[in-house]
Amino acid sequence: MNTASEIGASPSSRAAAKKQLSDRFKTYKHVWVFIEQERGQVHSVSWELMGVGRKLADKLKVDLAAVVIGQEGEASQAAATESFCYGADLVYMVADDLLKDYRNESYIKALTKLVNSYKPEILLLGATTLGRDLAGSVATTLRTGLTADCTELDVDADGSLAATRPTFGGSLLCTIYTLNYRPQMATVRPRVMPVPERCARPIGRIITLPLGLVEDDIVTKVLSFLPDRDSARSNLAYADVVVAGGLGLGSSENFRLVRRLADVLGAEFGCSRPLVQKGWVTSDRQIGQTGKTIRPKLYIAAGISGAIQHRVGVDGADLIVAINTERNAPIFEFSHLGIVEDAIRLLPILTEAFRARLSPHSRDRIAG
Amino acid sequence: MHLLVCIKQVPDSGQIRVHPVTNTIMRQGVPTIINPYDLFALEAALELRDQFGGEVTVLTMGPPSAEDSLRKALTFGADRAVLLTDRFFAGADPLATTYALATAIRRISSEFGAPDIVFTGKQTIDGDTAQVGPGIAKRLGLFQLTYVGKISALDLHARTIDVERRSEGGVQLLRTRLPCLVTMLEATNQIRRGAMADALRAARATILKWSAQQAGVDDISQCGLRGSPTVVKRVFAPAARNEKATMIEPDEQPAEALINAIFRCRPALEIELAALARGY
Repeated sequence: MNTASEIGASPSSRAAAKKQLSDRFKTYKHVWVFIEQERGQVHSVSWELMGVGRKLADKLKVDLAAVVIGQEGEASQAAATESFCYGADLVYMVADDLLKDYRNESYIKALTKLVNSYKPEILLLGATTLGRDLAGSVATTLRTGLTADCTELDVDADGSLAATRPTFGGSLLCTIYTLNYRPQMATVRPRVMPVPERCARPIGRIITLPLGLVEDDIVTKVLSFLPDRDSARSNLAYADVVVAGGLGLGSSENFRLVRRLADVLGAEFGCSRPLVQKGWVTSDRQIGQTGKTIRPKLYIAAGISGAIQHRVGVDGADLIVAINTERNAPIFEFSHLGIVEDAIRLLPILTEAFRARLSPHSRDRIAG
Repeated sequence: MHLLVCIKQVPDSGQIRVHPVTNTIMRQGVPTIINPYDLFALEAALELRDQFGGEVTVLTMGPPSAEDSLRKALTFGADRAVLLTDRFFAGADPLATTYALATAIRRISSEFGAPDIVFTGKQTIDGDTAQVGPGIAKRLGLFQLTYVGKISALDLHARTIDVERRSEGGVQLLRTRLPCLVTMLEATNQIRRGAMADALRAARATILKWSAQQAGVDDISQCGLRGSPTVVKRVFAPAARNEKATMIEPDEQPAEALINAIFRCRPALEIELAALARGY
């Protein structure tokens, strides 16, 4: 979508398209959110989507439904119950032991069956490895439009889904419509939307469908699953405080300065794309358009110039603090606090100053 | 064994600038490259060919200038290159793109044998949708393996393939049957530079150029703009933040000045951070 040729060639001709929905699509109603489970855990992007899904459903005056696809039993039941707490009016569920692990073939079958039976007008999924794998296949199966990695979703005056997403690595945004096909599908990256407030709600209506497959129908087999070691599993996307470094650090050894400050703050550490390309830091720590999106309360960017691709990943941060030697660095255009300093020089003294300020000893002394 | 790699010629996104007044992409002077993830896909295909024999075909859809990327792929060692180029393809969204590419792959299959594995990168760096791979797989009825970091085994007799697939929180070891479609992650393998012999061969090689009709497109309404269910209504630059950063002008002690400024902005943070620090 939004390929080079496309935007350059004909945004105006595409914009000229009008909504002329064929009769067969006029029965498509309601907003659906796919609830992503992996090994019995709901991915929090699903609750983030419930928040925006609720907003869209209210504007359209239709129901918000959660779609639970997974193993038969407690975990899927719990996912359904939890969906009501995050605003679902009803839940559509396909629960079968064949759906224990994610496999494209069985999940396409379950989701397309639900869509064809109950006809949603909007279907939202998380832009995770699972969600993107599934969404691309389902959209092609249904021959409908899919807008990937949206950062904003809204409903237009004529009731169409307006899906806004970054393109060209984040240098531009575009708003995309699926005017004449249903459902209108979109994926949203984790952490782009806030998690709505959870409220205790009575159990609602759950509509179930059988999968209608046996194991032999599914060619792909899961031989095993190797969970990331705790040390390898970063909590970057969900951290309250993140310290990140960029090329201004000068060398891979200096990246330790970022990790030390992160340690003192109880923060996660991250980096900008060039550091991954140079092999200084592993790719799971990359923040930005092709890396992770973060929404911390405090984000400290040390020696990061602030390319637009990086901005896309940190725009949701509450307080962005930038340290850079270059007064005209783009990062000062979107940070809240800035200091023109060499990060290599500032990070160690900043680390020590934070340690002193935050230690129980110093607090006692202040209190005393 | 026949391996087919779909590549895309993309603008080097790091060098793209947006016109400050018209909010359009300024393409002049922006170099084009092969989508980096597609290079990992190409490398994976070349490694399998080196190990098991056979040939590698590269396919792209794009303007005539996309020939440059195909020739580059030939210098890396690909055996054959096909360029799908026609004004009917202009303005294609992912669904229309997969229609055109799947049609071309059927034509390639009838001419040169059906591919055992179709490779793509996990996504492109301009569109970032990650939809084209899954779409091609669906249209051709291929088993789909996305976000693959490693092909751990290939059994040509049993027609099975084992891969390590990245998922949230871990790695799935999957086995499926050939023919299949694989989308490649930034794997750890080194991208080859290409041998001198390949470079010489590539310079002389003929690139197959197919129009929609030559590729076997039977329904032109499924191509390009007309075949795209999604409609781009508006393209715009991200809103500038109203105020720029408040700059800290440190006198003697920049660290203290910065910390004071942070806690002045967010007093609650100091309590939370102190609580975190006590845990350490």
